[in-house]
Amino acid sequence: MTRYLVGRVLQTLLSMLVVISIVFVLTRLSGDPVNLLLDVNATERDQEVLTRYLGLDQPLPVQYGIYVRNIALGDFGKSVLTRRPVTEHIWERLPATVELGFVAMFMSVLIGIPLGMYSAVRRGGVADRAARIFAVLGQSMPTFWLGLMLILFFGVVLGVLPAGGRGSLAHLVLPAFTLGYFTSAAILRLTRSSMLEVLGSDYIKFARLKGLHEQVVLWKHGLKNALLPVVTFAVLLFVQFLGGAVVTETVCCRTP
Amino acid sequence: MTSLNPALIIGTQVSEVVRLHQGLRGTRLRDRVLEALSRLRIPAAATRLRHYQHQLSGGMRQRVTSAIAMSCAPRLLIADEPTTSLDVTIQAQYLELLKEVQAATGVAVILVTHDFGIVAANADRVAVMYAGRIVEMGSTLQVFNSPGHPYTQALLRCLPDVELKRQELVEIGGQPPDLARLPPGCPFAPRCPRRQPVCDEAYPPAVPLGSGHVAHCWVASAAAA
Repeated sequence: MTRYLVGRVLQTLLSMLVVISIVFVLTRLSGDPVNLLLDVNATERDQEVLTRYLGLDQPLPVQYGIYVRNIALGDFGKSVLTRRPVTEHIWERLPATVELGFVAMFMSVLIGIPLGMYSAVRRGGVADRAARIFAVLGQSMPTFWLGLMLILFFGVVLGVLPAGGRGSLAHLVLPAFTLGYFTSAAILRLTRSSMLEVLGSDYIKFARLKGLHEQVVLWKHGLKNALLPVVTFAVLLFVQFLGGAVVTETVCCRTP
Repeated sequence: MTSLNPALIIGTQVSEVVRLHQGLRGTRLRDRVLEALSRLRIPAAATRLRHYQHQLSGGMRQRVTSAIAMSCAPRLLIADEPTTSLDVTIQAQYLELLKEVQAATGVAVILVTHDFGIVAANADRVAVMYAGRIVEMGSTLQVFNSPGHPYTQALLRCLPDVELKRQELVEIGGQPPDLARLPPGCPFAPRCPRRQPVCDEAYPPAVPLGSGHVAHCWVASAAAA
């Protein structure tokens, strides 16, 4: 287990290095940054100063070495727009994203798994059909549209929830639901199909033959097996949340 | 074989039955579980409690499943094809073990199988079934030595003989009937070599052929009469 983990960490570091290298090469291929940053009227002297200041007078391998070393030390350089360290920008916004990601994840698991279970157990029934409609809606509605509609209804028409911004728990409800609805629908469908497969297995039949209560059969014997693909999927979704909640955050104005 | 839950340890799966039906808790529960496992000759039962089914061999899994079935001291054990997907040596071991457990606990065993070798070596009484009904029943000796029903006779003819080399294998011609549309008469009649007109009209009654030996066949009754 330890060997596996160490291997995985090394693999991650390696792929990060590859990504960094590609970014480095691409930015250098796309032209001289000095010409981009300076005005058309800049003198040759200005260009020289900026080139030296940015370290662009060094040979490329040396630049690459400095770049990688700084990143390894946690220094991502300064933003050319705001002249503030990039890490500062990240730390400013990351908590809002993580907060939203956690709550949305929690919500989608809390909605998706029980509904998926219920839908599988009552396969073909009214509840199953309702859950499937819920899932299809969740997966087909674009998040930006859903977010806007929710803001319009709860924020503007009813006025019960804040339409945007950050701060209290109430501010989290709409964005978390917007983000969580899509994934809860995906988790619901996955739980349902995985549970249906498990329910047809011999060990579930055996658990019922043992005389166990149906709830014990479902939650203890069934869910534990059905959860395997769901957990894998949920973790991948969480990563997406952290990286790609941009649309929802923009719609819900979660920027300080 | 696939009856054990892959996500739960053996201990949980054995003890939940005992707890539910015997109401035992704590050390008494644990003792009972260990006893159930050791009775089925599971070595190092205490360690096995913490194992998952994938850590056990096929024969071991079958014994754990049997231990679960036997853990609450049942009076009847229905073993439906208990040796499928076990290799021949493990089959023999398992059946030997089943016999021992049967002798020790006095549980009645219904052994369902397609294998006449297993029947001959293990059964006291045999019931031959065709199309969902018992067509002949008797002691193992009676059924094997003087089978009364044409189906039993045909089945026994199908057994390959070890002595004879390069012998063509015998089969019973025709197909088993559709169980949803059983004919009014004897379901074996279309394939029967000794078919009579009466066979298509009514299901044959039980015909006594000896003490405790009966067959459902019109021809057998004619022979006995």
